[in-house]
Amino acid sequence: MSATVSQIDEIKTTPWSGGRSPFNVEYGKMMMWFFLLSDAFTFSSLLISYGALRFSASTWPGADKIFQSIPGLVEHGAPLVFVGLMTFILIMSSVTMVLAVEAGHRNSKKEVIMWMIFTIIGGFMFLGCQALEWNHLHSEGFWWSSIPTNTETLKEFFTGGTLAAQQTSAHQFANLFFTITGFHGFHVFSGVIINIIITINVLVGTYEKRGSYLMIEKVGLYWHFVDLVWVFVFTFFYLV
Amino acid sequence: MSSEPTEVHHEEHGEHDTMTRKKIWNVFFVLLGITTIEFIIALYMVPKGIIPGNVANPVYIVLTLLKAFYIVAYFMHLKFERVGLVYAILVPILFIIGLILVLTNESHHWIDLRL
Repeated sequence: MSATVSQIDEIKTTPWSGGRSPFNVEYGKMMMWFFLLSDAFTFSSLLISYGALRFSASTWPGADKIFQSIPGLVEHGAPLVFVGLMTFILIMSSVTMVLAVEAGHRNSKKEVIMWMIFTIIGGFMFLGCQALEWNHLHSEGFWWSSIPTNTETLKEFFTGGTLAAQQTSAHQFANLFFTITGFHGFHVFSGVIINIIITINVLVGTYEKRGSYLMIEKVGLYWHFVDLVWVFVFTFFYLV
Repeated sequence: MSSEPTEVHHEEHGEHDTMTRKKIWNVFFVLLGITTIEFIIALYMVPKGIIPGNVANPVYIVLTLLKAFYIVAYFMHLKFERVGLVYAILVPILFIIGLILVLTNESHHWIDLRL
């Protein structure tokens, strides 16, 4: 009898037989991963729809023609400079986020707070840049289902195609651009809010009492995901 | 905000030490370097005609996937997780590839509809 029991116990110690977690991550962290996976599907659907519409269009507005201003400094002739700055800000804030996670592993409350504050500042800077970029496109006449009414202005964004094709493509571009960067910007905004809440928790000592800064890791996953999505948005809207 | 099992943390601790501050900055410079290469291609090489636009596009996509790998593997720490979790996250990505294939095919049909 005792031999049988010990045999069952032995079976239960292997990862996939219920003895212990095969993933070896805390519940909340695993759920964050699964949420991010679902979010990856949402963003993929948006970006793949964009790709399909663009593939099937005979003409498409050139990225170097649409995005060639640095709001407040240069109106024309500086393609991709501003978005380069935005990309740099977001990668930088991702780095400060990992540094916060790293400080959390050493239970260094001071450093966690410092790096979290840098991350939040980075998030706000990115959102500010995006607001400027949206404002600039809006001032040119682009908005959801709205394109420049002046056909001469519209022509400048294209290298060919009939006026009807240009108008259709410009409409699709405007809708897709504002929807996808808007959805991404909304994620950045939520990320900043979550980061602020977590930083307040760090300040009041919630995680110090708990003995672990695992929560920083979970919001960190979300923040890196936002950066990850931007890498794809950047490539497909600004480079390709 | 329930109590988190401390047992899990202890096991994890050893693995987390693999992501040191030095390594974090190394990954940052890799990401920055790849982005710089993308900019050189977009702002210098394509306008000067050194490489045609239709060659540049696949290059951008490969570089983007490389950046995505560095973010997910190192910043999101997936490289140091259990293989079960890695597969649970990566295998569903196949569905995304499926959607890409389906919609690329579909868009070729749309071209005919538009003409």
